[in-house]
Order: sequence, then structure tokens, then C-alpha cells
Amino acid sequence: MKLLFEKSVAGRRCALLPKCDVEAVDLPKALLRENPPALPELSEVDLARHYTELNHRVHGVNCGFYPLGSCTMKYNPRIDEDMAALPGFAGIHPLAPKETVRGCMEVFDTARKYLCEITGMDDMTFQPAAGAHGEFTGVLLIKQYHKTRGDEKRTKIIVPDSAHGTNPATAAMCGYEVVNIPSAPDGCVDLEALKGVLGDDTAGLMLTNPNTVGIFDENILEITRLVHEAGGLCYYDGANLNAVMGIVRPGDMGFDCIHMNLHKTFATPHGGGGPGAGAVGCKAFLKQFLPASKLMQGGDRIQVRSFMGNFLVVVRALTYLLTLGREGIPEAAENAVLNANYLMQKIKGTFEPAFDRICMHEFVLDLSEYKKETGVSALDVAKALIDYGMHPPTMYFPMIVHEALMLEPTETESKETLDWAAEVFREVYARGKTDPAYLHDAPHHAQIGRPDEVRASRNPVLRYTKP
Amino acid sequence: MNIPVELKYAASHEWVRYEEGVAVIGITDYAQNALGDVVFVNLPQEGDEVTAGEAFGDIESVKAVSDLNSPVSGTVCAVNEELLDAPELLNSDPYGAWIIKVADVGETEELMDAAAYEAHCEAEQ
Repeated sequence: MKLLFEKSVAGRRCALLPKCDVEAVDLPKALLRENPPALPELSEVDLARHYTELNHRVHGVNCGFYPLGSCTMKYNPRIDEDMAALPGFAGIHPLAPKETVRGCMEVFDTARKYLCEITGMDDMTFQPAAGAHGEFTGVLLIKQYHKTRGDEKRTKIIVPDSAHGTNPATAAMCGYEVVNIPSAPDGCVDLEALKGVLGDDTAGLMLTNPNTVGIFDENILEITRLVHEAGGLCYYDGANLNAVMGIVRPGDMGFDCIHMNLHKTFATPHGGGGPGAGAVGCKAFLKQFLPASKLMQGGDRIQVRSFMGNFLVVVRALTYLLTLGREGIPEAAENAVLNANYLMQKIKGTFEPAFDRICMHEFVLDLSEYKKETGVSALDVAKALIDYGMHPPTMYFPMIVHEALMLEPTETESKETLDWAAEVFREVYARGKTDPAYLHDAPHHAQIGRPDEVRASRNPVLRYTKP
Repeated sequence: MNIPVELKYAASHEWVRYEEGVAVIGITDYAQNALGDVVFVNLPQEGDEVTAGEAFGDIESVKAVSDLNSPVSGTVCAVNEELLDAPELLNSDPYGAWIIKVADVGETEELMDAAAYEAHCEAEQ
């Protein structure tokens, strides 16, 4: 497929500008660029076809099943988009007079109230732009808490080895030493390992519950108690909140601050690079450290982003909350868990679950035996699924499972879709047993088969340069 | 799986060879196979101190980023800078592509011989 730059024809235009009816003004020379920008020159139909062609080459939730574990690729209801497009929301300016944006401030207040209720937190900021930014903000709250108390010896953050990579990265970015603890054989926190590293240098623990293998850590109250006893705080990574929203609250599990990926759990389109919203909630004793918009909320608190964050994502999340309501939110979580267990049971007997027990909203298949037997890897299977019009599951994560495929069907898939998906997995499994070469070369019918990942990592071409 | 008998092995899949008191450290065939295609390595500098059982650098493959652990404590006396431009050598020749050399070797992790390491890999699979 050609790039827009390669389709460019000198002099071709998209817009017919009316005749200029004001006097032309020359800009000061210092403000003029030396060369015109190298923009592609195209007609409107060229553009429309280009983007439609791109659209045909991608796979989104609107195209088909998307069981990308840990990413919660649920269907995003249209009504969320309709509300975000209302001119009173979409057309505002952050510098508009306060009295003209009261409705928008009410959106923040209402969303804060509901999300605090769901998470068991006392206050919340919507400034962080997405999950990792939220984690960073949350761990800075912990840091500021210790600093304010003059407790400067706390230099370590504990992270289990099953954690999302962003957890240790966040702790390191916040200036902490990362202490990795191994998981118990069931994928949960090893209490003895935790006790072994806790001490007066512990600033906190970062944890996802349910964890990254889709299991709810039943020792959670003991875990948070132990951390608090050592003087540390507990950070909840809300990545897997979809499994428990409206059912159990991180605040009641003993967590002191959390982030949520509003774009995941509360259904706004994600996966394309944003915008997102990594709302950060905390207990009352951390409230004073929350970032806030000086201009719009007053005070002299620190900002982590301009103004109020990605407002329209909050509008979508609030719409989702109001649409589902008090009964619908826990029901969505229950269905997410039910769907994951149903799919796991249907696939079982071919590819085997890494942990053969009831899971939460996602589960991990362990293909290491299958690979030993057939030579077919998790990557090969993931690629083969593309031929069926299914997005591959998350591969090679979490690291504690070898040849991992991680599936999160979400609550928005029907029984028919799950039955079909299980059938596809069975077919791929059988094909690999008899014809592994076919899977090594998969996908056979996709626009792009196996991109050169090594070259893409080593020599990424991120910008067009004219030949 | 290639496990040379003349080397010593750490549980975290690094190998060690002693050359006149200097510990030469690399990653095993098992490690490179599990990691997949290596795209970057982050290396220490000559003169850096390394600690037994702790990370001295990291390695990025198309699958994941992992720590490189030092099986010994000591001072880095040489770094294989060729790996910065050609990290794929860790895949194609894991026992030839050494990563660092450590002098003034002090504390050492408990290391395995080839037979014990083979059993360790079997157990991990």
C-alpha cells in the first residue's frame, strides 16, 4: 500500500478556498519558515480512499472477536460516542469562563463520586492521560506521603514477578529501587517471599488483583496488612478491575491508592494510541497530594497534565456508568468472568490452561508441552488465528508462564462467538499436530503475514523522508 | 540444547568461564532460545562494580525485556561492545558471544555444572 506522500501529485488540492476578502498582511521575516512544509498534495477522494483502505487492513472490536488478554477489548457502546459528541462537551475550551462549563465540571464530580464508590476510594484525579501515567502519579503520592512524614529511608517498592511491566518501570521512574518477588506456584503472591523483603525500607507494594494470570489473590487482606505493618503503602493497579467492578472494592482490600484505565474498563475506544484516562483514586489521608488543575480547581497543587486531563474520555466513562447503573456494572463483571471460564472450559482438552482452576476475567494457556511435541509455538498459533478473522490473544505474557497465550473474551461476546472461537482453537490445535509447517508459515490469507520484528525494533522507521 | 561441560551455570541462565582469575559471563543456549530474537542489550561500563545475584544490565528480545544477572561480585574489566551493534550474536553463538568479563572476583553464587544445569532447565520447562 502506498503512503499519502507517495500518492501526492503537485498542485492537487482538497479544499476550494473562497476568495480572500481581507487585506493580505506580510508576516515578519523572522517568523517565516525557509522552506515550505513537505505536505502531501491530494484530493478529498484520494484521502477518503486511503483511510478506507487502511480501515480494511486493521482489526478492531467492530470487526470481530478480540480476546487480547490484559487489554479488555470490550465493545464500546455507541451512546458513549453520542454523548462525547454533544457540542456542549466537544466544543468547549479549557480557558472558557468557569460559569460556562459548569455542566462539564459536574461530569467530573459525578464520575468521581461513582468511581470512588466502585473502588472504595475517597478522592480522585482525572489528570493522568492513561494507565502508565496514572501509575506514575499514584506512586508519586506514596513517595510524597513518606517524604512529608520525614520517613526518607523508604527506598524500595515491591513488585511480584507476574506484574505488568509498567509496574517496575513506574517504580524505577519514581526513583525507587524495585524489589521483585517470585509468585507462588498458583500464580499468587508468595506470603513468605513477601515477608522476607518487607522492612523499614519498604515504601510500598504494587499489585494487580485479580492478577495477570486471571486469579483473585485470596490472601489479599493478609498481604495489605503485612505491608501496612511494615509501614509501606499499597498501590492497586486497576488493569484488571473489569473482573471485580461493583463486586469487591480495592479500598476494602486494603489498598491506599489506585489507578483505573477508564478507556478499558469503562468502555471508550482504545488500542490506537489514545486518548485515554488513567484516573487515580486515593484514601483520604493521601488526598492532599493529588494533582489538580490550578486554573480550574484552584490551590497550589502540582499538575501532571494540562488542565483537567482527557475530558471526553471521562464523558464516555460516565455515560457507560449511567447506562449500566448499579445493577449493570457488577453484572458486566460477572459476565466477563463467566465468558472467560466458559471459553477456557471449551478450549481445555486441546491447549491446556496454565492454572487449571476457576479463573476471573481472563486465563492463560501454556503451550510449552504442545511446542515440545509439535514444534509449533505460541507465536505460530497466534498467527494462525488471524486467518480466521480473530485477533490473536496476548503472547508470551505473563513471563511466569512459558509459551503463554492469554485470553480475555470480555463480557460483550455472545455464547455463539465463544463457541466459534473455541472451535477455531480446536482446528488450529489439530492442524499443528498433523501439519506444523502450515502453522510456521501462518497467516496465509492476511494482508501482512510476519513483519520483521527484529528489524522493526532495531531500525524503526518512524518518519517519512523524501527519497 | 547445547550445554558445554567446561562451563559453570547460574540458575538465572548465565554461564561463567574462568580465564586466569577473570570471570567471563554470557547467557546460555536455553536462555537465548527462550528469549527469542534479541534486539538490544544494555551493558555496564568498564570499572563498574557488579554484585552476585543482582542485575548488571538488561536484554531485550521481541518477546520481553529481562535482567542480566551477574553470578559473581567484582569489577567489570571488559565489555563486549560488539553486542551493541550485533545483539543477534547472542542468538547465533551464545557461548562465543560473551557479555562482560569480571575481575577481582569476590562472592560467587552457587553455580551448577552442565549436568545439574540440564536438570534445572528440564525442571523449568
